[in-house]
Order: sequence, then structure tokens, then C-alpha cells
Amino acid sequence: MKITVCIGSSCHLKGSRQVVEQLKELITAHGLEEDVELSGTFCMGKCEQGVSATLDDQQFSLSPENTKEFFEKNIRGVLAAK
Amino acid sequence: MRKFDTQVQHLKYKVLREVARHAWAGDLLTNVGDIPKTIIPGQEPSMRCCVYKERAILGERVKLAMGGDAKKPNVIEVIDIACDECPVGGYEVTEACRGCIAHRCQDVCPRDAISFDHNQKAWIDKTKCIECGKCAQVCPFSAIANNKRPCEKACQIKAISMSENKTASIDNNKCTACGACVYQCPFGAIMDKSYILDVINMLKNAQESDQRVYAVVAPSISSQFTYARLGQVISGIKKLGFFHVVEAALGADMTAWEESSELAEKGFLLSSCCPSFVSYVKTEFPQLADSISHNLSPMAEIARYIKKTSEQAQVVFIGPCTAKKMELQQPQVRPWVDSVITFEELQALFDSADINICDLKDDVLDNASFYGRIFARSGGLSDAVAQAVKEHNIDFELKPVVCDGIEACRIALLKASKGRADGNFIEGMACTGGCIGGAGCLTHGPKDKSQVDKYGQEAYEKTISDAISVLELPQTDTLTR
Ligand code: FES
Repeated sequence: MKITVCIGSSCHLKGSRQVVEQLKELITAHGLEEDVELSGTFCMGKCEQGVSATLDDQQFSLSPENTKEFFEKNIRGVLAAK
Repeated sequence: MRKFDTQVQHLKYKVLREVARHAWAGDLLTNVGDIPKTIIPGQEPSMRCCVYKERAILGERVKLAMGGDAKKPNVIEVIDIACDECPVGGYEVTEACRGCIAHRCQDVCPRDAISFDHNQKAWIDKTKCIECGKCAQVCPFSAIANNKRPCEKACQIKAISMSENKTASIDNNKCTACGACVYQCPFGAIMDKSYILDVINMLKNAQESDQRVYAVVAPSISSQFTYARLGQVISGIKKLGFFHVVEAALGADMTAWEESSELAEKGFLLSSCCPSFVSYVKTEFPQLADSISHNLSPMAEIARYIKKTSEQAQVVFIGPCTAKKMELQQPQVRPWVDSVITFEELQALFDSADINICDLKDDVLDNASFYGRIFARSGGLSDAVAQAVKEHNIDFELKPVVCDGIEACRIALLKASKGRADGNFIEGMACTGGCIGGAGCLTHGPKDKSQVDKYGQEAYEKTISDAISVLELPQTDTLTR
């Protein structure tokens, strides 16, 4: 799985760094480094809905508050189902 | 006229604006010949002897605004026909001459150019004088002054001299493209080549393809466009067609971070941010070239990151600097940065597209830390490296030598070349005040430094490591170019 978090100005001000930090921690905590690839990009053209992120081809709107939930449901949940 | 320091800048701007206007409309080639007449209509000259000369000079400016002659390697060029009106002052005897009887000036003159009037006051025959300056050195009253041309005075590294036909001539082997002469010549006879056409083409192509053009803006932007808010400038840039605007200051955070460890490892380092400084070291102090930091400049550093993380990205740097146009040609920079324009040129682009930034809503610009942002002023880079040393927890005592302007650089390099450097990190900035003194700035004012500091304090991230932490994400191999 590949997750890309927007680090453009707008999303940055809404907490990209905190989102990225949490994701990094969660990925390591669950030993998923091999399964999940994390990367960043400047702006996904959806500045209003930031923090923008994509998981493979799917769009998400994250925040430091919902990151854990997103991780559990869309990453761990999906990986477990495989 | 609120936007520029001088009428010369204003004139140059009008040319850029007209060229850009036609480029957007796609009819530049058919209309290029009419641009001088659009700018100078009527028959009354306002700057030179006649409108025909004024227009002929404008014709030359149009060529440079369109990128100039690619065969000429330098991005700074003398417009010969604009230059020949400049008086050749050189060494002249002033009122201070007391008419002494020693006549040391005459004795020392190698060309027998000095004679005396009935009051025993010296007089220099300009047809014989070779401007060697020996007479001025020996006069006990300092009565012989060197009335140098503004361009020669501006060029402290002495790359400008007088050609045989008395116009200014640039020694391309020495020139660092800092642009000081461009800004100082009162006739606007020296100009930097412009790449606005390349940028307009990229922006137009992007509308029809999935190319994305990113603007990387220098932190000195905070002291420019004083008639609007920074957020409006960012909106304006996007309105031109740029996909996104990123702070070069984030590249500066990266550079400071890397340079601090490089410094601790090597023990002595010269900064690599200012392209004029780097080129000056390479030509005048080649023995020190190995000590130049191996890190890319902030511009190239962030551009590389953008290209590695976004497919279909093109990067345009927007800054205060004419020398960045030279840096662009370096093989290690070329893959990452597609073009460079100045703030002057950005203003011309706004107006050519009828964008009045004062009417726009604020957009945001926030990627870098306080430290990355203060790179724009002299001393900022050293402060940032000091902070990076601290955040890195490196056990190293930084002793910066802050060189404000190329003359200060020369002195520091001279000492360093003799093994007597005053510190272990030389921050070299060719322009006085740092980048905020750059030739491509719209305005140069005493308030600029405090503007930059204020902008720095507004940064969301307070430390360098926080600002760059988002960048340390693993990158996919496919994107690694
Ligand atoms: S800045 Fe994140 S989508 Fe535009």
C-alpha cells in the first residue's frame, strides 16, 4: 500500500506534520514497514479539504485527530482482511 | 509609481510587461517590432536625444526580455548603444589642488598627461591618461579624485572596465552575475536576460497537459510587493497558472541541516547558497574551492525534492537574484530547476495578465521554519547553521564569519587562503544586506531586514528539524530521477 500525505502550505497549517508523525509511529509500532510506503507531495489540488492524502488511488481527508482511526480502518483493517 | 526604486527599473518592467502580454496572446512574433513604439509613442524624447534612439535602445531591451542571444554565455549584458552617453570621468583634479611646487603627480605619471596652469594647478589631459591612478596615490592633498562610472563602482570585483570605444565591457570570466551593475547603472545600459517567455510557455502548456508548474519563492519575497499582502502575492502566482507555491526557505532548512553536519565533519566550510559567492571563490580563490559546501543551494534542494515526489513537475524559482539564472546552467542544478525569474519579472507577469493582486483573496504560504526564512538577510544563514548544530546535538563550536557583500567576502577569503580565517564557517553573500539586496528586487529599503525577521517569526514551524521532518519520508525508486 502506498500512502501519500500532502505537505503543501494549506495542509501543513492544518497539521500534515502531525499526521505524518503519527503514521510513521503507527507503521513502526505495528511492524508494517514492508507493507506500507509513506510519502509526501506538495498539494493535491484539494486545499479546502486538507490534510489531503491518498491511499493508493483513494482520496482521504485527514487531520491529526482522525489519523489513528484512518490507520486502523483503512490500513490495518484492509491488511488484516487480505 | 509605487513599485520600483528607479525609473530605469520601471522602463525595464514596461518592456517585460509588453513582451509578456504578447506572449500570452500568442502574437509576439508579429508584434515584437512595435513594442518600442507602444512604450514611446509620439515625437518628444523624454530620456535621450531623440525618440529614434530611445526606441532603438528599447529594441535591444526587448531582445534581452526575450532571452537574449543564447550564444553569449553571460546572463548579464551591456546594451552598447545605451551606454555610450555615460561620461568617462576617471581621474580628475579637484578644487583641493593647492598648486604646490613638488609636482609629484607629474613625476609619477607614466604618460606625461599632467600639466599645470598659471596658478600651478594640475590638469589631466584625458587623451593621454590611462586611468592608472598613480597621481591620486601620491598627491599629498588627496586632490585627485577617481570619478568612476557607477557600473565600475558597483562592480567591486572589478569585472567591468571600459572598452576601446569607451562603452562598459564585462569580463565574463570574472563576472559572477550578481547584477549590482544592472541595478546601479543610471542609464539602464546593463541588463539581465529574462526567461519569462520560457515560463509563460510552461504555464500555457500546463493548461493543456497534466504538467504541473511549481513556483519556488525566495524568502526575500516578504520584503517585496509592499503594496499588497503576501497572501495576495501567492494568490496572484497561482492565478498565473502555477499549480502550487513552495517556500525556498524549506530548502534553506534542508541546506542548514546538511551543512551543519558537513561543517562538523570537515571543520571548515564555505557556504554554497549564494551563486555569486560560489563563482567568486572558484575564479579568485580556487585553492579554497574544495571547502565550498557540497550541498545544493536551497533553491536546488527543494526543487529536487519536488521533482522526486511529484510526477510531471516543472519548477520555476522566483527570487531577487540574477545570479540564480547562472546557477540554473550548472549540471547539478539543471535537472531540478526549469527556469528562474526575478521579482521584477513577476510584477511584469502579473500586470501582463491583468492581475491586480490587491483585488485577490489571501492564499497561504507556509512550509519552512523561522531559520529557513531568515536566510534572506545577511547573518541568517549562520544563525540557521548554529541552530542546526544545536538541534543535531553535535559537539562542535561554530564560529561564523558573516560576510555582508562581496568586498567582505573578499577580505574573509583572503585571510582564509593564508590559513588565517577568523572562524570556521564563512557565510558569503555577494549582495549587501544579503538576498534582500539582490538586483532583481523591486525595492531595496532599510526596512527590508525587519520585514524578513517578522516573516520568519510567523512561520508555523519553530525548529528546523520540525520543518524538515515531513521530508524524510522514504521515496519510491521509480520517482528517483
Ligand atoms: S495544500 Fe494540500 S491539497 Fe493543496
